[in-house]
Formats: sequence, C-alpha cells, structure tokens
Amino acid sequence: MTDVRMGTDSRSKADVTEKDLGGPFNTRKHLANAALEAEKRRFADLLIVDMDAHHYEHDSWKEIFEYVEDPVMRQRLHAAAGRSGRTVLFPLPIGDQDVAGRLSRLPERLDEVVDGNQRHRDVEVVRRYMESMGIDYSILFPTPMLSLGMHPQAEVEVALARAYARWLAERVLSVEPSIKTMLYLPFNDPAASHRMVEEFSDVPGVIGFMVTSVHHRQVHHNDYMRLYAALEERDMPLGFHAVYTWHGDRSMEQLNRFLSVHALAFPFYNMVHLTNWVINGIPERFPGLKAIWIESGIAWLPFLMERLDHQYMMRSSEAPLLTRRPSEYIREMYYTTQPLERGNLNFLKLAFDMLNAETQLMYSSDYPHWDFDLPSAIYDLPFLDERAKRGILGENARRVFRLDEGGG
Amino acid sequence: MKASSDYSPGTSRPAGEYPVGQASDFSERQARVFVINGIEIGVYRRGSRFYAYRNTCPHQGGPVCEGMVLGKVEPNVEGDRTITGERFSEDLLHIVCPWHGYEYDLTTGRCVTDSRMRLRTHDVVQRGEELYVRA
Repeated sequence: MTDVRMGTDSRSKADVTEKDLGGPFNTRKHLANAALEAEKRRFADLLIVDMDAHHYEHDSWKEIFEYVEDPVMRQRLHAAAGRSGRTVLFPLPIGDQDVAGRLSRLPERLDEVVDGNQRHRDVEVVRRYMESMGIDYSILFPTPMLSLGMHPQAEVEVALARAYARWLAERVLSVEPSIKTMLYLPFNDPAASHRMVEEFSDVPGVIGFMVTSVHHRQVHHNDYMRLYAALEERDMPLGFHAVYTWHGDRSMEQLNRFLSVHALAFPFYNMVHLTNWVINGIPERFPGLKAIWIESGIAWLPFLMERLDHQYMMRSSEAPLLTRRPSEYIREMYYTTQPLERGNLNFLKLAFDMLNAETQLMYSSDYPHWDFDLPSAIYDLPFLDERAKRGILGENARRVFRLDEGGG
Repeated sequence: MKASSDYSPGTSRPAGEYPVGQASDFSERQARVFVINGIEIGVYRRGSRFYAYRNTCPHQGGPVCEGMVLGKVEPNVEGDRTITGERFSEDLLHIVCPWHGYEYDLTTGRCVTDSRMRLRTHDVVQRGEELYVRA
C-alpha cells in the first residue's frame, strides 16, 4: 500500500493508504472480504463443509493423461492436447462464465503464484479459498469433465474418468485430508462405473461418487442396478451434479443467452433424473442408497414436489413401486444449497420447510465458479435457528459422509 | 465540491476528511481504493465530479470497487421494434462487482437491477486540486 497522507493539508491524523490493485491474481486477496466476514461471524467455531467446490482439471491434462491405462488412448490424448494442453478431443462447453470478462478471477486465475513446495498447485489454490471462507472440508469436483457425459465416445469418458480418479487420489486427496471428492463415474458405461465403485471406494478422500447430469442415459435403466447395489452396500452416496449444455439438446438450443441456459439447464436435467429416480421406485429398491442433488439451487423442488404429487394421485398405476407420494421420497433425499435463490424469503422459508432442510440440505459454495455462495448465504438467513444453521453448514454432511469433526 | 449528494448516515464515525490525492491523479473508469481508518473506500472520477463508495458489495460482500467500470449495455431497438445489436452507453457507467457481476450506477451507487440495494456512499470534497474523502 502507498501512504498518500499529505501532512499540511490533512485535517486528520489517521493514516490513509492506497490499496495496491495491481499484481497477479491471488485467491486470498480476491477473497479478503470473505475472510473478514468469516472472522466477524466466527466461522472458526462452526463445522463448515463445502459440498461442491471445483478445480480446473484441464490445467493438468498432461499430468492426468499420464494416468490413462490404455497406451493407444494415452497417445491419442497427448497428441490431441498438443503444446497448449487443451485437448481437441474434449472441447470446452460454449458459454462465457466470466460475464464477458467482468469476473476477474476466471480470466486471471492462471496468473496466481503458488508456493514452491511439493504440493500440487490445485491443493494450494483450494486451501486458499477454504481458509478465506472458513471452510473445514471441501468436496472437490472437476469443471470441464462435467460435460463429458455428452462425449460421443464412451471409451474416452471411461479412460478420462479412471485417469482422473487415479491422478486426483495420488496428487490431491492423499496429501490434503481436508479435500474430499465424490468421484466422477463414466455413466455412459454402466459396467465401467460399477468397476470404479469396486476399485475406488476405499481410496482415502473418496466419500462417494458423482454422475454429471447432462447425458442421455435413463437413470432407472436395469443396467445400473448393479452399480446402485454396489453403492448401497458400501454406504457410498451418489451425487447428481447438474451442469448445462447449449448444444445437443433442442430445447436448450432455442435459448439465446447464457443467463437463460444456465437458469434452466441446471435444474432441468436434475428434474429429469430425479423424476425417473422416484417414479421408477429407485428409493424403494435401494432404501439405503443416499442420493444427493447438486448445484441446482432449491427453487425447483417445491414445483417438482407439487407437480409429481398431483399427477401421481391420478396415475399411480404408472408408478406401482411407490408406496407414498413422490414428494415424500423427495424430502428424504439430500440437496446442496448453491445457487441459493434469495429473492423472496417467504418462498425460501417455504422451500426449506418442504424439503426438511434442517436435516436434508447441505451448504455448497461452487467456488470458484461464477455464481458462488459464501457460508453467510446460509448463516445470515433470518428464519433459521442455530441448530438448522449448523446442520446445513456442516453437520448434515458430517452425518451423511461420516466425516471426522474438525477438518484438516 | 460535494460530489455525492446522498451522504450515507451509516458511515457514522466522527466526520473527518482524509486526503486521497490530486484530482488530476484520478482517471476515468478506474477506481483508486484507499484504506481510511481501516475501511476500504473506492474513489471514482466522472468528468469533473468524484464519487466514493465503500469497497463492499451489498450482495455478498465482494470488493466491488476493484471491478470493471463499463457503460450500460443497451440494445439497438429500431423503429420497427427489431433489435439490430447492442452498444455500451456513453452516459450511464456501471461499477461491476468482480465476484458475481452485480452492477451499480457509478453516479448514485444504486444497484441497477434492484434500487433497494445501494453502495455505501462517502462524500468527496475538493479544495483546489486536492481531494478529500469524508469518513
């Protein structure tokens, strides 16, 4: 900072310093206000679990490709990446998440300097955001791989899912116990997904598995029953992480703004899968399997609960496995908070009540993505009591994932 | 000169004027952020007028004064009501929070999508070439 006090003209003796806005991007600097907020609210006294944070795994493609088991596929991926490391075999999705450059961390993040110790760069960057926000555990997910469910070659999805799993376990999870993951499953190949559950469930830091929501597979298909049985047997939760696609889906192709696609696609794909999940009686067939619906906010759930109940009452013969109304199954599943719609607190409170949020909802930041939420998005809600806040911010996740309290 | 007419009573510490530099040291479309008594305040220039806001976004607390300043995006709506493109307003400048993109009118501090939300305002006083922020 620069001291700009000018002695004789100053009418105050207080220091005035100018903040240095230059220099390379730094997560701690970017989130300095979050750190102040965390201190003010004494987040250090709370267990806070971030159920959905991200890193940019494509920065590490060259490392990850080394973990591809098939030598022919490995050579293809390396060759397609070329010097830039951005593979043409797996293009990034359309959409400027940085709002045309307005959100500085996205274009500038690659300039961040990390310490020259032995930990992977992603570990350092993740720890910086966690420490800034007062988070004890972070459940880490990839970013561009969330679009891998639309890849036309299932073998590419399988190869990358397995390579990513091995790379993440070795380079990230094994060195930082406060970072966990629900491991990406190559859902287009049910047998390969099942094999991954068998191989990776006991890997330290793997606390569940994740399916990216944009794909064209039916989650109730008989092909997946072995997978769900394997998850239930191991008490490993299955997360459906929402995402968007702007092409390959005729409804989304009608939308002309990223705002519109993002607003609709995230809840839409989770609506499709959750509807199939409930109407086809997966909760009845796998009562011990915990499903978590990630990154769709919660405003869509009251609508879906009401809509499915209304139709079910007239057409229960089409859902013969159900013994209760769809909404009753929905309020027994789990949901993450972000992006929390706070435009109408009366509606939000109603949604919390309908979901049984005190035990079923789990805080998520989605940091560093463009619409992240701080823990204060939950902590500051006026209608939550202390018990509900603690549950949503961390205790529900601790219970579902059997996390040790305290982090690190 | 008193550049901001809506001095916020929320800044209730004993009024003091703190020097932040010469008017000519401030450029358009780029705030300078000062720490005054531990509070971060961004100072903006718009022509011959100056504006100062607390560096905390009312949305989620982001460092709003460290974001871009951009003209309001306006559509080119033709006489037949077709849209033929977009332009940046030359008159309406927006401060954009770098955390989430919330936008605020540079001259009023009001959120452009919700007028109930407003940046904390500080008066800027000019004496000769010297600028002072009241905090």
